[in-house]
Amino acid sequence: MTELLKVEGLTKSYQSKGFWFNKQQTTVLDSVSFAVKAHKTLAVIGKTGSGKSSLAKILVGAESATSGQIFLNDQALKAGSYQHRCQHIRMIFQDSGTTLNPSLTIHQLLDEPLKLNTPFDDKKRTELIRQTLQKVGLLGDHMNFYPHMFSGGQKQRISLARAIILQPQVIILDEALASLDPSLRSQMINLLLDLQQQMGLAYILISHNMGIIRHFSDDIMVLSDGKVVETGKTLDVMTNPQHKVTQKLMMNQNFQIRGKK
Amino acid sequence: MNLLDIRNLSIELINDDQNILAVDKVSLSMKEGEVRGVVGESGSGKSLLAQAIVGVLNDKWHVHADRFHWRGIDLLRLPMAERKEILSRDIAMIFQEPMACLDPTTTIGEQLSEAIDDSHLTGFFWQRQKQRQTEAIKLLHKVGIKRHTACIKSYPHQLTEALCQRVMIAIALARKPILLIADEPTAAMENTNQGQIFRLLASLNQLKSMAILLISHDLENITHWTHTITVMYSGQFVEAGTTDQIFKKAMHPYTQALVDSSPLANLHLPAKSRLMTLPGSIPILQHLPIGCRLGPRCPRAQQDCVKSPAVSNFHGHKVSCHFPLLTKPKRG
Repeated sequence: MTELLKVEGLTKSYQSKGFWFNKQQTTVLDSVSFAVKAHKTLAVIGKTGSGKSSLAKILVGAESATSGQIFLNDQALKAGSYQHRCQHIRMIFQDSGTTLNPSLTIHQLLDEPLKLNTPFDDKKRTELIRQTLQKVGLLGDHMNFYPHMFSGGQKQRISLARAIILQPQVIILDEALASLDPSLRSQMINLLLDLQQQMGLAYILISHNMGIIRHFSDDIMVLSDGKVVETGKTLDVMTNPQHKVTQKLMMNQNFQIRGKK
Repeated sequence: MNLLDIRNLSIELINDDQNILAVDKVSLSMKEGEVRGVVGESGSGKSLLAQAIVGVLNDKWHVHADRFHWRGIDLLRLPMAERKEILSRDIAMIFQEPMACLDPTTTIGEQLSEAIDDSHLTGFFWQRQKQRQTEAIKLLHKVGIKRHTACIKSYPHQLTEALCQRVMIAIALARKPILLIADEPTAAMENTNQGQIFRLLASLNQLKSMAILLISHDLENITHWTHTITVMYSGQFVEAGTTDQIFKKAMHPYTQALVDSSPLANLHLPAKSRLMTLPGSIPILQHLPIGCRLGPRCPRAQQDCVKSPAVSNFHGHKVSCHFPLLTKPKRG
């Protein structure tokens, strides 16, 4: 199987304001390269400020990279090609409550990406929204509701519906599971895994919770100060971490497990 | 003698048209020097319970309890002023979002010295200012902040979240409380910082034998640190017992589901398999089911579940369910 998403030498740096001589450059991402196949999940871990969220923003197109290239199905994504990109790479944010526009109904919320990206007419779009809502475990009639009428878990499902409605190939989950309650979180994990099997989605999972990562991901990438310090199969890295940063992250998880035995 | 002994505490929200029973007959008892975890998902009333103990709920909330004893003193019978005096002397609370709870317009040093009571200081009034300063620095050292000069001069937004949480703990420690209530002290924090805060709380518990009431929504996060755990669901008492009892021999279907749904506890499961979950979502306060509030989601629900179950006690392991998951036949 060929790689679905391939990233080569992605670098992002900011220049701080200053005079000619004391211009300072902060590098957030330093030549990051990785590849994800369809049906697979890549987990990205690292401490705060290690560049996880910057990576997500660049992949989804909210920010442009300083250098480096992103390939989707062996096709390079250019800076301006948002039409193409936003159809295939979608993102779910951490706090679903604040990312849904409170003044729009669910129908309007989900209609927007369809209007902008597809040639479908009204009837077809409504039909598609109904199907998508059912796919994420809600009812078709929920489309006339406003976001405040839903609970936290349901809002997260709506963000998921918004992400999958364009039949994307890659979904980026930036801490999307962190703020959910435990029982809803496992419902959501089950749902995401089902969708992955049905639609062949590739996930890029950014998370702190090692338990979720172990359960959910196939490969893992550890970032530290913008550099990739370790990659590999999740189980291999978790049982036998090589780099110091990874060991420290694993240690934090290990004593939590040990406490229960 | 129990440090805190609460029996059948109910908290009711008084509305114009409809009164909502947000917390329904919850019992809680703590011994001196104990770390007790209160676990529940959002809307389970765990924060309300903490606020009711400290007495910071406003008039809209009606609190009544069959028993509310603090070290043998019945707090509900005392006049408000005396009650407040006892509570503020012995109990301290740290809140959920440290950044939001600290005053953004004053420096950390001022906020710390404000919390130090005059009774801790000796000497004449012109010496007090200096003493306050040294006391504040001592408090910062206690919570593990070494660069006290920089910290005292800075405003909350200049510090990281973990540092702010430490400052909150320092403020709480100023009156040397016997019970510290920590309401989700590590919500939205990184793993490494979480560990630091928990280790700090554990060392305070061991060195000062301070009792801690640790409130969290995540069972797996706090099991390492607690002696006993109380589980709540949607304002009702579910189960209480030692950490081992709760985690290994859960009797209530809800506790079992919580344990099963945590990925860390399921390390034996193959990756990417389905996790055990309860169907449905948490009911909202306006539409609570009658009887056992877990009823509609419970896999073991039967006809009896429309009545509230009584609390049964199995060797200190209390469970509130008509059909508990028993490994051995029920005795006595």
